Amino acid sequence: MAEAILETDGLTKVFGGFTAVGGVNLRVETGTIHALIGPNGAGKTTCFNLLTKFLQPSAGTISFAGQDITAKKPADVARLGMVRSFQISAVFGHLTAVENVRVALQRDRGRNFDFWRSDRVLRRYNDRAHELLFDVGLSDAVDVPAAELSYGRKRALEIATTLALEPRLMLLDEPTAGMTEADVSRIVALISRLRAGRTILMVEHNLSVVSGLSDKITVLTRGKILAEGDYATVSNHPDVITAYLGTDHA
Amino acid sequence: MFGFSKAQAIGFLIMVAAVAIGPFVLYPIFLMQVMCFALFAMGANLLMGSIGLLSLGQAAYFGMGGYVCGYLVQSYGFTPEVGIIAGGLTGAALGAVFGWLAIRRQTIYFAMITLALAQIVYFFAVQDTDFTGGENGIQGIPRSALFGHLSLNNDLAMYALVAVIFLAGVLFVHRVVHSPFGQVVKAIRENEPRAISLGYKSEHYKWIIFIIAAALAGVAGATKAMVMGIETLTDVGAAASGLVVLMVLLGGIGTIYGPILGALVVVAMQYYLSSFGAWVTVIQGAIFMACVLVFRRGVIGELAYRLKTPL
Repeated sequence: MAEAILETDGLTKVFGGFTAVGGVNLRVETGTIHALIGPNGAGKTTCFNLLTKFLQPSAGTISFAGQDITAKKPADVARLGMVRSFQISAVFGHLTAVENVRVALQRDRGRNFDFWRSDRVLRRYNDRAHELLFDVGLSDAVDVPAAELSYGRKRALEIATTLALEPRLMLLDEPTAGMTEADVSRIVALISRLRAGRTILMVEHNLSVVSGLSDKITVLTRGKILAEGDYATVSNHPDVITAYLGTDHA
Repeated sequence: MFGFSKAQAIGFLIMVAAVAIGPFVLYPIFLMQVMCFALFAMGANLLMGSIGLLSLGQAAYFGMGGYVCGYLVQSYGFTPEVGIIAGGLTGAALGAVFGWLAIRRQTIYFAMITLALAQIVYFFAVQDTDFTGGENGIQGIPRSALFGHLSLNNDLAMYALVAVIFLAGVLFVHRVVHSPFGQVVKAIRENEPRAISLGYKSEHYKWIIFIIAAALAGVAGATKAMVMGIETLTDVGAAASGLVVLMVLLGGIGTIYGPILGALVVVAMQYYLSSFGAWVTVIQGAIFMACVLVFRRGVIGELAYRLKTPL
């Protein structure tokens, strides 16, 4: 079995009596694309927020690259190399595309508390930022404020910003949510092009996206793991069909 | 030049010219007050504009800066530059403690905590009469001589000192905004969870901005105390905190020149409309409402929007 980069043991989150995530054991292997799917309210996003420490688990442990990160802060988790995207496209609206990517790149300077220095020192990141924007097909929008980009291109910019950190594990929260068909296929093409040497965990609703991209799928319902395996295994699993389509189809 | 856009550079030259000609056209004391309040407002604008935190307690740092400066200069005979630096350090130290508490909350809760902490400072100022003079304030602060040699008793000499502090403040604030630090701060304002997910601890950046704003308020308050020779409860109360927010909003939040213009307009109203007495407050309120209803970007903000250039 390949080495696991991210592992959870009995991950649980209770919101005032309601168990959103209950005892999830997840194992993401290095170099794979792992998809987390499930119907609405299955706890996928909660799970994501727990893994990236935006929420504190009620019980269970999370380990990343062999290190227990259960008690860490979100910014520390990011610095260890686990970087997430958001369901609603998360760009810095008033900054241009190149500035968006540079905010991620400049993290390699360390603390960035030097308020007395000119931002000209950031120019050395411009070449790398342009490369990343080229990779995601945004070469023509380098100096456009992010808020003015179309929805699909915002997602692409978000991916470029995430890639700028060279994450060991990328977590994509519904990368194709709310997109047009054309944008969806562009993002899928982008992810499959970028996947070499990367590990990705994504939450996705769109099964065609999942089937084409992922090596392993975990199906979540009501906060618990229902099934796990490759697309063929999962899609023929009777419980999964029930969960997605209702009892009549089972 | 210095990371200014073309329009900003022109604006800066116009401002330097205005500062130079000013005392020969208008009452120098009035202009010095404007510059002190402008410095105060620029600090508040760093909080409001750069990182999007509304503080309703900035007067605490402004007033305490003034008290510490006045006390040191009057009671111990320190020179003005020591007083002003001590004022800035007082603001920074107080800001470090209060900011550390306040940044734990967002939006209206942040505003309420800053207000509550500032009220504590206000009541301290009322009560500790040995230090602040209570209702009387610290009166008759001597302007004495800069570095012990350059007498500041002449209004023009004092004016030159205030002008240097003010212009240095403008350049400093501009640098903070256009620094690697400022870039992260902007990212936090735009989308805090995203900035955190990239590995930035947003609370550290907020704290530093808070301290810088408080330090600027302290310097401004200390300088104003030296100019006026008096430091009273007016500068430390909630009304002064409200006034500085009004200046920023009126001039244009997140612009360089907005807080300066805002300070000019608000201080001018207090000076030239003083014959209306308490009605000045009503007029200020009306202007504030007009600002919110008609030009929400503020005067300079609206101008920058029309000209499509940062100002």
